[in-house]
Amino acid sequence: MADTNPIKQFEVHELVPFEAFGLNLAFTNSSFFMMLTTLVTIVLFTLAMSSRALVPNRSQSVAEIIYGFVADMLRSTAGNDALRFFPFVFTLFIFILVANMLGMFPYFPGPGLHSFTITSHLIVTVALAMLVWLTVIVYGVFKNGAKFLKLFVPSGVPGYILPFVVFIEVISFISRPVSHSVRLFANMLAGHILLKVFAGFIVMLGAGLGVGGYFIGIAPFAMTLGLTALEFLVAFLQAYVFAILTCIYLSDALHPGH
Amino acid sequence: MTHAPHSQVAQHAADAAEHAPAEGLFPPFDPTYFASQLFWLAIFFVILYVALDRFILPKIKTTIEDRRDRIADDLDAAANAKADAEAAGEAYEKSLAEARSKAHVIAADTRKALDAEIAKETAEVEAELSAKQEAAEAAIRKAKDKAFAEVRGIATTATAAAVEALAGVDVSEADAGKTVDGLLKAKEA
Repeated sequence: MADTNPIKQFEVHELVPFEAFGLNLAFTNSSFFMMLTTLVTIVLFTLAMSSRALVPNRSQSVAEIIYGFVADMLRSTAGNDALRFFPFVFTLFIFILVANMLGMFPYFPGPGLHSFTITSHLIVTVALAMLVWLTVIVYGVFKNGAKFLKLFVPSGVPGYILPFVVFIEVISFISRPVSHSVRLFANMLAGHILLKVFAGFIVMLGAGLGVGGYFIGIAPFAMTLGLTALEFLVAFLQAYVFAILTCIYLSDALHPGH
Repeated sequence: MTHAPHSQVAQHAADAAEHAPAEGLFPPFDPTYFASQLFWLAIFFVILYVALDRFILPKIKTTIEDRRDRIADDLDAAANAKADAEAAGEAYEKSLAEARSKAHVIAADTRKALDAEIAKETAEVEAELSAKQEAAEAAIRKAKDKAFAEVRGIATTATAAAVEALAGVDVSEADAGKTVDGLLKAKEA
């Protein structure tokens, strides 16, 4: 009987043991998929842009469309002066997008023959969210100095509720990395668990009821099919949401008065 | 179903006692590989960032900008060509209008000149004709007068000769003349 444990896909396995500074820094299947994400992105973009044609072919069009998509997103939410962060936002977006898409393989010619979604681990999404959050603080203070604190003092608020508003603004600013990271993590985790649960039903029905069970298994199979399509949407959407929230937060670093 | 991961975990723990994933912990919350994940994420994220920032994104940017510049240049050239064509059209219209008005002037001038010439020639011819007519009339009058004068002379001579022949009286030419004149007067009266 196949393993129907829906949590197994999230397990991390050591591939190459490595220890430094008293820490276990082993190269794991998670590290493998991070490497794969980086490699796939670089190789695909390099191939797509190899001809640099005036009239682009399909792959070059896709590369240019993604470029324009991220650039427009950054420009419309944070203004033209935010384009200095374009490589950062682009890297975040494409890294999460490719990682999410690589996680959609049910089987994968890699370690353990199963795919691994690196964004389904909270530590990874927290790291990315903290990177954005700290970038906002460091750049905001570096560029605006004390004026960066205006971020917590919205203009046009009556004096008697101002302390309360400032308190709320501070809380919301501090909770940003939490919501930013948990949103991506929870979406990927829940979607993948749901997929495996429904796929597991097919196996369990077949194992318990024989041929008739597999026949009934058509229902969870249809569900798995639909959920797979939905998960592709979620995989893209969460990368987009993460990137656009990054743009909005970076806008605060650039224009804290608003 | 629950046996497989359980035994696997146990085996794993036996293999690497200090790094074994904590048993029964939900994998995403298992801190065993937190350091490893952060370490490798930092490495591969930085590699991807550098590759995109240094090589791939500038390539896409220049490609898009080259295309935009090319299109803008072509549009400019087209606009210039259109302006040139319009200017040429205007110049053509202008010269056409000029030529038309010049043609009018020339036609009017020519007509005036021709009219004047015709009038002049007509006047010349008329003057010549009237001069000729006057000359002819004068000649006729002269001839008439001369004829009359000759008629008188002949009549006088004839009268004197007739009187001499008939009466044998020698009549002076002067007397004969008087008589003839008197007769002519009487005839005219």
